[in-house]
Amino acid sequence: MAEQQASAGADLELRGIRKEFPGFTAIEELDLTIPAGQFFALLGPSGCGKTTTLRIIAGLDQPTTGKIFLSGKDITDTKPHERKVNTVFQSYALFPHMTVLDNVAFGLKQRKIDEPMKKAQDALNLVELGHLGNRRPQQLSGGQQQRVALARALVNRPSLLLLDEPLGALDLKLRRQMQIELKAIQMEVGLTFLHVTHDQEEAMDMADTVAVMNKGRIEQMGAPEKLYDRPKTVFVSKFLGQSNLFVGDVVEENANSVSIDCKGHKLTVPKARAEKHSGKIAIGVRPEKATFHEDGAPAQSSDLNVVGPGEIIDIRFTGVSNQYLIEIPNLGEVTVFAQNVGKSPVTELGAKVWVSWKVEHAFGLADLPVTEDK
Amino acid sequence: MKKPWGLAVYSGLALVFLMIPIVYTIIFSFNDSIRSNTVWEGFTVRHWTNACARADVCEALGNSIFIGVVSTLVATILGSAIAIGLVRYRFRARAAINLALFLPMATPEVVLGAGLAAFFFNLGFPSGMLTTILAHVMFCLSFVVVTVKARVQTLDPALEEAGRDLYANPNQVFWKITFPLLLPGIISAALLSFALSFDDFIITYFNSGSVSTFPKMIYVAASRGVPAEANVIASSVFLFAIMIVLVVQITGSIRRKRLSKMA
Repeated sequence: MAEQQASAGADLELRGIRKEFPGFTAIEELDLTIPAGQFFALLGPSGCGKTTTLRIIAGLDQPTTGKIFLSGKDITDTKPHERKVNTVFQSYALFPHMTVLDNVAFGLKQRKIDEPMKKAQDALNLVELGHLGNRRPQQLSGGQQQRVALARALVNRPSLLLLDEPLGALDLKLRRQMQIELKAIQMEVGLTFLHVTHDQEEAMDMADTVAVMNKGRIEQMGAPEKLYDRPKTVFVSKFLGQSNLFVGDVVEENANSVSIDCKGHKLTVPKARAEKHSGKIAIGVRPEKATFHEDGAPAQSSDLNVVGPGEIIDIRFTGVSNQYLIEIPNLGEVTVFAQNVGKSPVTELGAKVWVSWKVEHAFGLADLPVTEDK
Repeated sequence: MKKPWGLAVYSGLALVFLMIPIVYTIIFSFNDSIRSNTVWEGFTVRHWTNACARADVCEALGNSIFIGVVSTLVATILGSAIAIGLVRYRFRARAAINLALFLPMATPEVVLGAGLAAFFFNLGFPSGMLTTILAHVMFCLSFVVVTVKARVQTLDPALEEAGRDLYANPNQVFWKITFPLLLPGIISAALLSFALSFDDFIITYFNSGSVSTFPKMIYVAASRGVPAEANVIASSVFLFAIMIVLVVQITGSIRRKRLSKMA
């Protein structure tokens, strides 16, 4: 009993995990450490191997090679029912032949924990469904089923809670509400959460640490704001928000910065924010960090990157901001977001503008965009 | 609005046509006949109050029930296991087994019966109760597999995974999750299997030797006139089947009403 109460999340470590299925490799190579008590998000497009990673941690799939450690103990060869890990499944997987309360009590009864029904009732109360214990799962709404699935996993106080896109089936409003609740519950119970999702907003909103996964590898990992501010690869820069990317050869390098020549435009990035300092590199900037100027090119300055002139070819009003698409001859399209604060500079298609952004906002990537061969 | 009289009359006639043999059987179970039961001799409940007056009728019935129960048990357990295996696991002979299970359904019974009889004979297996049960298990098995397989296919594997995740070992997962969820399919497979076995004449005729079953007894008796006791038993079977259907329908509608009231 004492041991059960004490568990407040545990470290998870994946060492050299590789998973091959007949015909394809789901996970190339994965090394990952999740510290105890963290809300960790594994973010990636469908087919990137994130769900397979989750299943390997739960014990539902065996890795081809590699080891899994939970609180320092090797659990690679233990069966799912022997792991103190619980999962909230994407489809919820509530047992249709049991009441909601019996569903929640299932894990407790299996482990012969004292007072399973009382603890299950408490868990249902935590997710505010205490009054629905006698119903069958199929009589509940999607959001309620999701919360039952969460209660059923949480009640076991697992060392690690796995969430497999549990919010995917909910509509947007309910989803936002559940995100807030989930985060609140995680802080309340202090367990380690591993959340798998393809929704970048959800991942950034909820997680302490986000790992962006692509083609069976983790491309980049870090706090959401760090990942957003300084993506290191083309994939991360495009998957986590939007980016304008420019490719060119390094023409100048000094102690603090690197400059490239991109079709006659000199673009500079701080050295500390660039992955590569020589050869052909890609430099990017977030659309909201860029501004445009309709009355002539801004004065040349060492801390400003300027491209243009170009033509506004599309304007979208999204409410809080306006999104401008600007076509610059030779250079391609550049996206600029401008806050909708009542003094939007230009609202006309076809206007001739220059785009600028501060050097400190630029980032240099480790790889090059695949289709960029103009 | 014009009512579709033509359709009503046509449907009514079709129903009457379907019911004629059943009604005839029930009526003649009350016929005051001694041996032949083909001419109406007057009303009596004698055959109903003493259905086992003809020992051969009741013995045949007993055999049929025994064979039905045993072969249903064997076929249902074996068939359910096969169905789960075929859906849940990928193995080399899977497609071949799927095909092989369809063959007994596609082959004419008379061929199956004769083939089996020759097979048992060559093995030196005397025809009797055992060969009959083996033959019945064989043809019931295909139907059980098909019925249970349909149910397994609708079972979300995530439910079993959730069970494993929630500290149930493979054995507990089967009995607490898989089995209860498959049970409706297994029950219908068992009922179908029993009905097939109870009803079977052709394959039984080839493989039962001197053992009498209900359909076989009636076939043999038909040349001399079927005893009224057989009508009594046939009618009882019919009424019993109707009763089961009614019970299932009524409990089902009660449960649906209760669920919809709660939701």
